[in-house]
Amino acid sequence: MNRLPAALSDWFAAKGWTLHPHQWEMLARAEAPATLLIAPTGGGKTLAGFLPTLAELTESPAKGLHTLYISPLKALAADIRRNLRTPIEGANLPIRVEDRTGDTTYTQRRRQRADPPHILLTTPESLALLLSYEDAPRIFAGLQRVILDELHALAESKRGDQMTLLLARLQTLSPTLRRVGLSATVEDPPALARFLAPETGILLADPGPPPDIQMLETDTAPPWAGGGGRYAMAAILEQVAQHRTTLIFHNTRAQAELFFRDLWLANTADLPIGIHHGSLSREQRERVEAAMVAGALRAIVCTGSLDLGIDWGDVDLVIQVGAPKNVKRLVQRIGRANHRYNAPSKALLLPANRFEVVECKAALDAVRDGTLDGEPRGPGPRDVLCQHILLTACAGPFDADRLYAEVLTAGPYAALTRPAFDATLDFVATGGYALRAYDRWQRLKQTSGLWALRDPRAAAVIRQNLGTIIDTETLKVRLKNRTGGTPLGEVEEAFAATLTPGDTFLIGGQVVRYEGLREMTVEVTNQPGRDPKVAVFNGTKFATSTLLTQRILDIFQQSSWPDLPAHTAQWLSLQREVSRLPDTDTLLCESFPHDGREHLVVYGFAGRNAQQTLGLLLTKTMEEAGLAPLGFVATDYATLIWGIDAVQDAAPLFDLQALQEGLETWLAGNAVMKRTFRASAIIAGLIERSHQGRRKSGRQATFSSDILYDTLRKYDPDHLLLQITREEAMRGLIDFSRIEEMLTRVAGRIETRRLPRLSPLSAPLFLEPGRIPVQGMGRERLAEDAARRLMEAAGLA
Amino acid sequence: MTLALVLAGESLIARPSGALFWPDQQLLCVSDLHLGKSGRMARRAGTLLPPYETRETLLRLEAEIESTGARRVICLGDSFDDSAALDGLDVDDRLWLTRLIAGRDWIWIAGNHDAGPLDVAGSHRAEVHLGALTFRHIAEPGAKGEVSGHYHPKARLAGKAWRCFLADAGRLILPAFGTYTGGLWCHDPALTGLMQPGALAVLCGGTVARAIPMPRRP
Repeated sequence: MNRLPAALSDWFAAKGWTLHPHQWEMLARAEAPATLLIAPTGGGKTLAGFLPTLAELTESPAKGLHTLYISPLKALAADIRRNLRTPIEGANLPIRVEDRTGDTTYTQRRRQRADPPHILLTTPESLALLLSYEDAPRIFAGLQRVILDELHALAESKRGDQMTLLLARLQTLSPTLRRVGLSATVEDPPALARFLAPETGILLADPGPPPDIQMLETDTAPPWAGGGGRYAMAAILEQVAQHRTTLIFHNTRAQAELFFRDLWLANTADLPIGIHHGSLSREQRERVEAAMVAGALRAIVCTGSLDLGIDWGDVDLVIQVGAPKNVKRLVQRIGRANHRYNAPSKALLLPANRFEVVECKAALDAVRDGTLDGEPRGPGPRDVLCQHILLTACAGPFDADRLYAEVLTAGPYAALTRPAFDATLDFVATGGYALRAYDRWQRLKQTSGLWALRDPRAAAVIRQNLGTIIDTETLKVRLKNRTGGTPLGEVEEAFAATLTPGDTFLIGGQVVRYEGLREMTVEVTNQPGRDPKVAVFNGTKFATSTLLTQRILDIFQQSSWPDLPAHTAQWLSLQREVSRLPDTDTLLCESFPHDGREHLVVYGFAGRNAQQTLGLLLTKTMEEAGLAPLGFVATDYATLIWGIDAVQDAAPLFDLQALQEGLETWLAGNAVMKRTFRASAIIAGLIERSHQGRRKSGRQATFSSDILYDTLRKYDPDHLLLQITREEAMRGLIDFSRIEEMLTRVAGRIETRRLPRLSPLSAPLFLEPGRIPVQGMGRERLAEDAARRLMEAAGLA
Repeated sequence: MTLALVLAGESLIARPSGALFWPDQQLLCVSDLHLGKSGRMARRAGTLLPPYETRETLLRLEAEIESTGARRVICLGDSFDDSAALDGLDVDDRLWLTRLIAGRDWIWIAGNHDAGPLDVAGSHRAEVHLGALTFRHIAEPGAKGEVSGHYHPKARLAGKAWRCFLADAGRLILPAFGTYTGGLWCHDPALTGLMQPGALAVLCGGTVARAIPMPRRP
């Protein structure tokens, strides 16, 4: 099939559209079992993916599901439905397109199962749900094509691992299924191709002209520390005024909120500007999306929620506020501007503080050199496999041998051994405990060779828990009034817990006053003109890539910085003056008091995960040395530890052997491991997600997953879930090898600078999210003090 | 470090473990053990939690009995997660429990989870009156000198959640002692309505039992 049906080509001709070469090529490859198309944003990727489907369905419009389109974002599915409607209705093609996401109504979903459309647009989670139904074989029997959009984004997470297992399942249900992956520019196309299918052809579209990308220099210098780039409001408004539509990307939601508020304060020309991020209520986001599509907005302040390929119309400028952290993501974001093939994208980087000037410079160099970054993902995690086995059991009895063979065809699981599979199946069936307690109460039972749910009613609970996205617990925020209140968005439960009535914070660009908590909803009132307590609710936290980190270190090692703005060069000189700049030969540590606490900064430049592990191990050593550490935070460059007592010489803390020994015992009790365990336990189906509605009553019946972790550690240390937790942590969160590498490299050259106050280089660390508390004597001392003050205040002491 | 409390003229000790000790009576009181919880979950929901919580709870209970030298033990109800939990206990755990009971005056108070008759040694009571104190599972309005459990109270201090005793002039509510137990915030209306103004929360879970004014707001 390398030609268009007449109806389509006539319609294209009438519209004056011509196909790009890679779109023709996709038609030519329509029969290939698997194709990966890599094209820049604006290259008509999605149409290229759908052309063979449209052609096939026009020629032979058989009933039933023909093509499944899967995107990581719900909004993308709705967007694609709108876009597909244009050619389908325009050329009067007999094709039915529907989307199916978490937002689709119950009736609609039931109808879709009974009478599937030709093209179904959905998300991995909704597909998982569909495949868990008994009638999945009937629904998918005739499936011809599956299109995976934004494959580069999916492949970076467990959602992608799950997706490959679902693909394997689909292929079994419909052996003639052909797979198409659509991706933005990636560093390793063959790896992504293997992820999609064992034998995948790669089609690289013309990448288009290089982007026009610069650092936005302003009259005002960026601050010493801080995020958000609010110092540059005037310059940014000027850019917005000069362009049709500008997207202003931030790395965190809190930063986006603060920036949006200040942008409006400075927006004397009343340019229409909106805000869009994942914490806002759906109603609010939809309003902004609609205004955007209608061309009614000149700028949108946004976060990663706008990162993926939604068609946002006429964007001609992208501003990235704050360091981009990752070259690949930056390139993909830049692609949002000038959504037209063969026109250069225009982007500006706005460093939020002087450290980020260096980061932005490093990123610009990397984009210019055409180097992309990315960490290869390891083998498919087994918690996802646990869920897949449960899902399979929901759909009906299965044969273990055949399921194992099917799982092996999923890229990330190609090397899964049979014993590892059997252990996973055993966990799902019996809990897999060394103590065989549940001989009568297995979850799965084997009868006449096939595995099935012991109690078919369990399927409902399993379905509710499908998916691999583990949300932090959030609470809805509503304006307090008689009619129930306008929903404003969501905040993390941990953030809500820090609020006392009268506190103010920012959400949706407005300052609100916390009034109280009512049935798990945060009630607020409007409080215009007040200063907000900083919103610290969750935002996407990116790790700076290894590539960028190395480039930054290289910049530090220059003797002077003629390429950097004067203020930043001066700042680095000042750091060199009051302390020193980190280099590869010496491990620099700084120790200083700040804000009533003692601080220790370790500039290891070992990457966020290794720096985090270092934080965990060092605080443990400090706890043993009686230095009462209270917590730490890690970035890609440094670990900042705070506590009650000062560290005069950090060198004794870095005994490699002691650190190695510490690693094992440390695995036992730390917060990062417990968080990892919780996520894996939910994905693997050991514990249920907490559902907002169900949490209202009977809270004493649920208990923390930390207790399960501690119990398993003590009584069943080799249990599968602990193995998974360890694998996960070793792969992502621990990265101990980089600590070893660093300590070997510096060979004992560890320098502690005791300073009277925080150093220029350390300042940005104080704004990092993701602080991890240390539960030790320091906290006991704080609790003691707090308890005494409360008793005294109450006149009871 | 323990904390001394006085209720209806009787001197009591709140222990960091969440157990209550009454020296004059050589009596140890614990509440809401929820033994056999993982077994009940397995039977009811098909969720297969690690089946080790019973031995972990017994281990801690044994440690408390040994370090206080208690000759009398009161379990304040919800000792078993349901009436079938006892049968579902692992043989070793069951033997261990029998060993703990042997030679002691052991009283099981009925709770809402284990209201039915239980086939385990010790005496089984709805409530117990001893000295000036009354031991029962669920607090009753207006009670005097009452020791109860049921609510699993917890409180927040210094950024952390702690299991806690609640104490006022009329009553004492114990935290849950069982391993697989969650908690109910002190500021829940069920608890603020029950406790008098000026009530204390005694936080446990660490190495110290520590009193704060009972938090009445989130």
